Amino acid sequence: MVGLEHYLGVGAALFVIGVFGLFLNRKNIIILLMSIELMLLSVNINLVAFSTYLGDLVGQVFTLFILTVAAAEAAIGLAILVSFFRNRGTIAVEDVNVMKG
Amino acid sequence: MMSSDIQIVLPEILLSVYAMAALIGAVYTGKDRLAAPLTWLTALVMALLAVMIAGGEGAREGFNGMVVDDAYARFAKVAILLSAGAVLVVGTEAMARRGLLKFEYPILIALSVVGMMVMVSAGDLIALYMGLELQSLALYVVASLNRDSVKSTEAGMKYFVLGALSSGLMLYGASLVYGYSGTTLFGGIIGAANDGHVGMGLLIGLTFVLSGMAFKVSAVPFHMWTPDVYEGAPTPVTAFFATAPKLAAMGLFARVMFDAFGNAVADWQQIVAFLALLSMFLGAIAAIGQTNIKRLMAYSSISHMGFALLGLAAGTEFGVQAMLIYMAIYLTMNIGTFAFILSMERDGKPVTDIASMKLYSRAEPMKAAAMLILMFSLAGVPPMVGFFGKYAVLNAAVQSGLTWLAVAGVIASVIGAFYYLRIVFFMYFGDEGEGVQTPMAPAAWAALMGSAAIMVLGAINLFGIEGAAAAAAAALVN
Repeated sequence: MVGLEHYLGVGAALFVIGVFGLFLNRKNIIILLMSIELMLLSVNINLVAFSTYLGDLVGQVFTLFILTVAAAEAAIGLAILVSFFRNRGTIAVEDVNVMKG
Repeated sequence: MMSSDIQIVLPEILLSVYAMAALIGAVYTGKDRLAAPLTWLTALVMALLAVMIAGGEGAREGFNGMVVDDAYARFAKVAILLSAGAVLVVGTEAMARRGLLKFEYPILIALSVVGMMVMVSAGDLIALYMGLELQSLALYVVASLNRDSVKSTEAGMKYFVLGALSSGLMLYGASLVYGYSGTTLFGGIIGAANDGHVGMGLLIGLTFVLSGMAFKVSAVPFHMWTPDVYEGAPTPVTAFFATAPKLAAMGLFARVMFDAFGNAVADWQQIVAFLALLSMFLGAIAAIGQTNIKRLMAYSSISHMGFALLGLAAGTEFGVQAMLIYMAIYLTMNIGTFAFILSMERDGKPVTDIASMKLYSRAEPMKAAAMLILMFSLAGVPPMVGFFGKYAVLNAAVQSGLTWLAVAGVIASVIGAFYYLRIVFFMYFGDEGEGVQTPMAPAAWAALMGSAAIMVLGAINLFGIEGAAAAAAAALVN
């Protein structure tokens, strides 16, 4: 029987993969965007699992909000990425280094 | 009762309708030729909304508790609207001179202000998330407003990636909080924490939510985006980043901590105290080596956020009051300081080098004197108003038994005083530098002088802000 904890386990695993993808990735900014998406989707798995477990619809409503916002977020991220590429000519993560911080 | 619900969010609705109408209107007519009047109009609309909100009374809940309209939300909203309007007015001329005054700029600022207003009056995790994202998405875009500059787009990129990470952390926390308390309403979550402590699942959720919000207030160890974004973004935009969003994030922080986790103060007090300690010290120490004034202001704001968190860490009504006073003073000081920074240029090109201010007082004694007052105030030297803000938060910390943290705060503010005084030293003493010109529009000049005057005159009674902050804190903590 697949229970709540299994879903939470999958959610946590995906979330951690997303966070590690964000920090360990040295190649490409697109991969950063994918990692961010992965994090948000793992949250959705959590919310839907909790929502079914609790028999409460609010979690699924929250999921729909997150999906919508994630789409807007991806659009803005890609727009910034395009203008960054036009100035810098590269989207490698190690080239995002004009300012040291 | 739909109409009373609408009543509560009326200011937000008005501002967002205004933003959308202005967007469509500008696209179909003058486009960037309308940018300057649109900026002024937006500032005017914000000021009018601030007046409208300030007239509200009592505490109301709308949409079954999703949004809250109490004295606390009103205090934060008025401060957000006024500071955003002031930054718009102050920055217009500087933006125009750099060819950056696009009509989207005031509209994006207005939309992010709507997000901030939702944030501080959120009564539910969903409302919180929507407000936070509306604010952040607009800010990512304004950070990279200067599309042809590598620095500006890089700042936008970094801000976007780290901001999205923080939203992700916060959301993961929110999902756990929802799962373990069974509701997203703050009023329901607070019931899940009985006998002063929360369960393990809720505690993990709380920690994630807290770290997400620490990102937004740029508290150490979640501060790394701040210097780069401050440096890369166009200076008027940096001025905006340093003011309203900081207050909104801090307002949201206190709102979540007290409205949702107010029964478990002991559980989050330690974390907030830790964030405050690290922020105060890192902000003070890392700023010493900076040569770029925008980066310096970034570390300065990190340190100031540490002090504001100190008030929050007290976990009392008095602490929240101190935090609100501190933030209001911080906003006023920063508007004045940035009015100066955004006009710094040499041969028509913006400069941000601190060394360029050498012997500035010889050329412009008035402005140098105003900057001197602001720097003293930022450092917390009595009798400037900045001192009273620091005194209030330190006092609140001592009263709730965090004496060690208050002592650390005093030490950090002494370290921090060094770099503020270094700027004063450069302006008044030392050797001849390359020099800097600061052509100012009347609005920027008025902001610089006004803010400096407030820093001196406010020492009498803080313009009665204490009473408003006390009412706001009483509405939040109960």
